[in-house]
Amino acid sequence: MRYLPLTDAEREEMKETIGITDVKDLFSCLPSGKCYHPLNKLPAALSEPQLVTAFKELGRKNSFSDHLAFMGAGAYAHFIPEVVSYLSTRGEFLTPYTPYQPEVSQGSLQAIFEYQTMMTMLTGLDVANASLYDGGTAAAEAVLLAVRKSGRNRVLLAANLHPEYAAIIRTYVQNLAIELLTVAVDKENGRVDEQDLSSKLDGATAAFVFQSPNFLGVVEDSRAIATTTHAHKAYAVQVVSEAMSLAYLVPAADCGVDMVVGEAQSFGLPLGFGGPYLGFMTVREEFLRQMPGRLVGQTVDLDGKRGYVLTLSTREQHIKREKATSNICTNQAWCAMRAGMYLAVMGKTGLARAAKTCHLNAAYFAAAAARLQQIKVVYPANFYNEVLIEVKKGHAADFLAALKKKGLLAGVPLTWFDPAWQNHLLLAFSELHDRKAIDRLLAAMGECA
Amino acid sequence: MTALPKLIFELSREGKIGCGLHEADVPAEAVIAAADRRVDIADFPQVSEVEIVRHYMALARLNYSVDAGFYPLGSCTMKYNPKINEKLAAADELQAHPYTPHDLVQGNLEIMARLEEWLVALTGLAGFTLNPAAGAHGEFTGMLIIRKYLQEKGDARRVVLIPDSAHGTNPASAHFAGYEIREIPSNAQGIIGIEELRAHLKPDVAALMMTNPNTLGIFESNISAIAEALHANGSLLYMDGANLNALLGIIRPGDLGVDVMHINLHKTFATPHGGGGPGSGPVGVAAHLLPFLPLPRIKKSKDQYEVVYDDPRSIGRVKNFYGQFLVMVRALAYLLALGRENVRRVAEDAVLNANYIRKKLEGVLGLPYPAPSLHEVVFSDKGLPVTTLDIAKRLLDYGFHPFTIYFPLIVPGAMMIEPTETESKETLDEFINVMNTIIREARENPELLRQAPVHTPVRRLDETLAARKPVLKWRRGENI
Repeated sequence: MRYLPLTDAEREEMKETIGITDVKDLFSCLPSGKCYHPLNKLPAALSEPQLVTAFKELGRKNSFSDHLAFMGAGAYAHFIPEVVSYLSTRGEFLTPYTPYQPEVSQGSLQAIFEYQTMMTMLTGLDVANASLYDGGTAAAEAVLLAVRKSGRNRVLLAANLHPEYAAIIRTYVQNLAIELLTVAVDKENGRVDEQDLSSKLDGATAAFVFQSPNFLGVVEDSRAIATTTHAHKAYAVQVVSEAMSLAYLVPAADCGVDMVVGEAQSFGLPLGFGGPYLGFMTVREEFLRQMPGRLVGQTVDLDGKRGYVLTLSTREQHIKREKATSNICTNQAWCAMRAGMYLAVMGKTGLARAAKTCHLNAAYFAAAAARLQQIKVVYPANFYNEVLIEVKKGHAADFLAALKKKGLLAGVPLTWFDPAWQNHLLLAFSELHDRKAIDRLLAAMGECA
Repeated sequence: MTALPKLIFELSREGKIGCGLHEADVPAEAVIAAADRRVDIADFPQVSEVEIVRHYMALARLNYSVDAGFYPLGSCTMKYNPKINEKLAAADELQAHPYTPHDLVQGNLEIMARLEEWLVALTGLAGFTLNPAAGAHGEFTGMLIIRKYLQEKGDARRVVLIPDSAHGTNPASAHFAGYEIREIPSNAQGIIGIEELRAHLKPDVAALMMTNPNTLGIFESNISAIAEALHANGSLLYMDGANLNALLGIIRPGDLGVDVMHINLHKTFATPHGGGGPGSGPVGVAAHLLPFLPLPRIKKSKDQYEVVYDDPRSIGRVKNFYGQFLVMVRALAYLLALGRENVRRVAEDAVLNANYIRKKLEGVLGLPYPAPSLHEVVFSDKGLPVTTLDIAKRLLDYGFHPFTIYFPLIVPGAMMIEPTETESKETLDEFINVMNTIIREARENPELLRQAPVHTPVRRLDETLAARKPVLKWRRGENI
């Protein structure tokens, strides 16, 4: 077998050295009656070309790629420069373990240090960690961090937070003494209902967790939210599922937000049917020693030369065990490193251009869609790259199915998340779309409803 | 010695461009007010494409990796990562949006369903969730399942028992699932003794978390009796499957009374560690716990794969979308390449390699637990004039990655060596020779080891300084 280098002669020689005659002797510490179960129901080994063929066949059972897609809702198709794929897939980056031996891991460590720096530049906050699993678990970790830091045990969640993120938060806290309350949405503008927020904030509230751009595509008034939240000495935690928006909107820190956490898949990671993605966490300095996840810090070696190490590990499970700030160990290091590469390649100019194009493409669609009789653009102001539409006649599911027949995946139906939203579709636009693609979508929509 | 590469920010020059992206071609105006748009990302890199390539190539050269050489990091299973799996996982036809209608992604759903079938067959458990993102995430998921099951029976209980040899994630994961931790000492043989267990097995015990083989590389031979005692007490047995590589095709945890276990696709199933992730930590359960698995679940009905999103008895959702899908693709590819003929050989060669190293080094290093080793062997620095850290650092000078050091915590100066099955005898012999050389150096010239490493891109780094005055990002004019 090509992955197993020992020859039979070597196996014999090694057994002799060890002093056994049969390799089964090495397993004599196992309960003998339960060993060597039959494996004959498993498939036979495939050669490398057979393996390629097997996966081609599996790939052929997917037929999505014939479609022009406008899907987002937490996972976004963006342009990935070839340099990013070329560099990130090198074995030197792909096949090391966590950099516990910094003397031979400076490549990964420096790359993550650069990633951490760029994430703080994008959000304006003081500190970024080296990654969390994904947007939803990052939001859950933010809830735990806010509770730990504040000593308060109530957390408010915006109703327009990504429903999967809210579900993950609920799973995470189900056995902990943490109370979750939902803050309503103002249906008029798609934003957090500030009156409801004010009425629910009190001295027991650790944090208000809101998403911007929110799940309905609308950019929140983060300044107002932060001010209201701070009036009750609670933390304002902004969740971001479309990291590209960070390059277009005013930095969250300038709005007074205390933490920005979420999903950075948009920074160079393929859609990959939902993973692996990249959870990020950026916070004010005051949270540093309570923060979950790995951190890379700068230091010097014995000769005084600059170098990097994993640091502040006394927060972590391998030192603190059950008193750790999180149970996280293996995280998304390679994804973070790759995101760093993406941000470096895109650079100041490229990232700004991509971020702007996403918005303008959405704006172009929204303006034209508003003129279609069959459709209502629900929130025509303050969206970034996602537009919520309502199908005026019939169900959104039928509308979507008709568009699918025309080779279009025209957004995500929201009944999956809220059964009341039978007529709503959320569409996402990126720099991969152009006028021709959007015009095709608009024409098909005009023909369908 | 040459300086490390500059930081990307130090390479940046106003006006340089690294990517070729066109402007928008739509006639549209922004709907976001100018005051809410950012003007600039201050100090963001501006570097040309060629300089970026050279920057990261320079960084790549500073990394040790499995592709570069032997990486015997105990309990991490640093086996070779097949290259074809990278290509298969990168295929365009798999990169669907996670909310794509199910009829258009039947291939992707089948990949997950088939991986689950393999895991069921190899572990003897009733079903798996592939959602958890990593081992610790799997542990947390598993403990939530246990808690939900006990809650439904009307007795959630308060305590989880964990042996002192366990990985730190075990107590942390159980804690976040709402449990108190009670530590059980390992016995003189390095395993959980049935008497020690009974002494701790009170009515408030929800479960025992057992790593098997444990972090000493020793099989927990009381496992069936332990499972029986737990079950008689209404408690459950959780098995940390981080070391499943030793048992693959040899024995099924499901046949030993295990109720819940997680496995690590990035250890046993050859997916790359990526410098600390992404991993994937599927969780398997016995039949009585199936209803509590997290959502979503893949289900085959007639000739279609479907996805179940709702189940009131489930613990809920632990991860966005389906989990680390592209890691699952690599794991399935690995298993299909192995096939039924080679699965068992993986464990046999892994255990053979570890025992070969043990035999060759047991006169040279301290062996705190003489019980038989499976896939890894734990030595100690007892009786040596230098520390485990010194030996580890000297290994770097000889071009090897060190073993896991100072873990498990119950062995002072632990050296935990896991060669895996993907190493040749030549490599093992070279490593053994180098270890002998280093121990000779330790006796003749210990200072040489205390100064090590000297041939690496940087020498020992000041970790105290890093923690005392954290510098966690580059700032113009402020970094050294």
